Amino acid sequence: MSTKTSAVTRRTVLAGIGAGAAAMAVAPKLAHADKAAADDSLAKLLGGVKPHDGKVKIKLPQIAENGNTVPFTVTVDSPMTEASYVKAIHVVAEGNPTPGVASFYFTPTGKAEVSMRMRLGKTQDVRAVALMSDGTAWQASQEVKVTIGGCGG
Amino acid sequence: MPTPRVKMPATAAKGEVFEVKTTIDHDMESGQRKDKDGKPIPRKIINKFTVTLNGKEVFKADWAAAISANPYCSFFLTATESGTVEFKWQDDDGSVYSTSQAITVS
Amino acid sequence: MRKTILAAVIAAVAGGAAVPVLADPPFDAKDPKYAPYIAGEKRSGYTFAEPETRAMQDDDFSNPGFLWVEEGKKMWSKVDGKAGKACKDCHGDAEKSMKGVGTVYPRFDPHANALLTLEQKINQCRTERMEAQPLKFDSKPYNAIATFVKHQSFGMPFAVQTDGPVAPYFDMGRRLYYERRGMSDVACKHCHEDYWGMHMRTELLSQGMPNGFPQYRLKWQTLGTAQKRIRGCFEEVRAEPYPVDSLENTVLELYATWRANGLRVESPAVRK
Repeated sequence: MSTKTSAVTRRTVLAGIGAGAAAMAVAPKLAHADKAAADDSLAKLLGGVKPHDGKVKIKLPQIAENGNTVPFTVTVDSPMTEASYVKAIHVVAEGNPTPGVASFYFTPTGKAEVSMRMRLGKTQDVRAVALMSDGTAWQASQEVKVTIGGCGG
Repeated sequence: MPTPRVKMPATAAKGEVFEVKTTIDHDMESGQRKDKDGKPIPRKIINKFTVTLNGKEVFKADWAAAISANPYCSFFLTATESGTVEFKWQDDDGSVYSTSQAITVS
Repeated sequence: MRKTILAAVIAAVAGGAAVPVLADPPFDAKDPKYAPYIAGEKRSGYTFAEPETRAMQDDDFSNPGFLWVEEGKKMWSKVDGKAGKACKDCHGDAEKSMKGVGTVYPRFDPHANALLTLEQKINQCRTERMEAQPLKFDSKPYNAIATFVKHQSFGMPFAVQTDGPVAPYFDMGRRLYYERRGMSDVACKHCHEDYWGMHMRTELLSQGMPNGFPQYRLKWQTLGTAQKRIRGCFEEVRAEPYPVDSLENTVLELYATWRANGLRVESPAVRK
């Protein structure tokens, strides 16, 4: 899938309706979290363990057709045995009114993968952090562009 | 009353890793919305989801208001023993919705 | 060369930030995987959807619309009303008796001497045969039984009738479809006939084919009917919507469904 981030490169029609829709679509002012709030929220969940980059993959659409239902899958590189497994995966959205999305708690079974759907209030970074049985923490993050203001937005 | 749906194999070979798909109809009212009169609609979400195998917890999740309506959650288990997998969704209002499925491990 | 008329408006709204513009989803009319979603020049909304949305629809479990199908399945055999009947008592196995039914509504009903949507027909059955209360528009049971019945025609091509007693309704539907309305002063046809495939701001305009209804919309975070969606369209062009089940809204549903004749029933589809 190709993605474009600039409106200038796209064909745009129906200026009349577009202007109307744009006027309607001015988002209500909501308090939003930021990177610092997400950091705080994660620090509490991780009990102070500092996450490293790596071992975690987060799969998200690059462009969410609608922010109300954004599918995500988090996968962690782990054998999921008694000796070495993922204890928890925490997902935070840096630009939502509150950063917390979900925390998943695993036991040494299956594989370290979970899928759900979340709400994203605007274009923002989504972060997933895995806390391992050896006490280390690993993270990944991805930006999701959220479509706002269309008929489906 | 929400109706949960669960999809997982009824039989599995010992040691086999299988996917469990779950979903339940629930508005997951975030507490961020307002009604037509401008009054905030109180938060009402499923905040906890637990999965046990023969009474022993194998997977658990805490959900925030950012989880979409009609929450869908899929994850994986290893077939270790025959028995019952029980699923519980816990609502903000204290209600618990549950369902279970038998699995035969050979 | 692609021209942009709205860049200034978009920049103003976005506060100067980069605005995501949906790329045309990869679409190759010759790709066999799209064949069930195309009929000649007609394209289901599925072909305009992003891959993640299509994937959600494709799997009967991950598709949230099936929560309504399951609920409707239970209702089918549940007794309700003074006559002490369930749908099943007259109609038997829905997989057989309801197969194809979803392809012909809205339809002229000689008994009611009116054009009825599938949902209106179900409520007629409830009040007259079951002596039960009609289901409330957009309620869980209303949407559930309609989706269950419609789903029995899954994959079958639409074939609504437009002649005979339907002709005056069809003519009215066509007239309304081409009538400019609202503060945006546009007709249905401007988006869905003249400019489909193009972008209106961030919106990739589809052909407006209603073959997926009742369908799960990501925006609604729930499932709804064509009657509800048509009203949403009116609001989007800043026009006063016609009331639910009004003659106007019903003939518009008829005209829109006739446009989809040949496309297959996808209910419950998943759309943005």
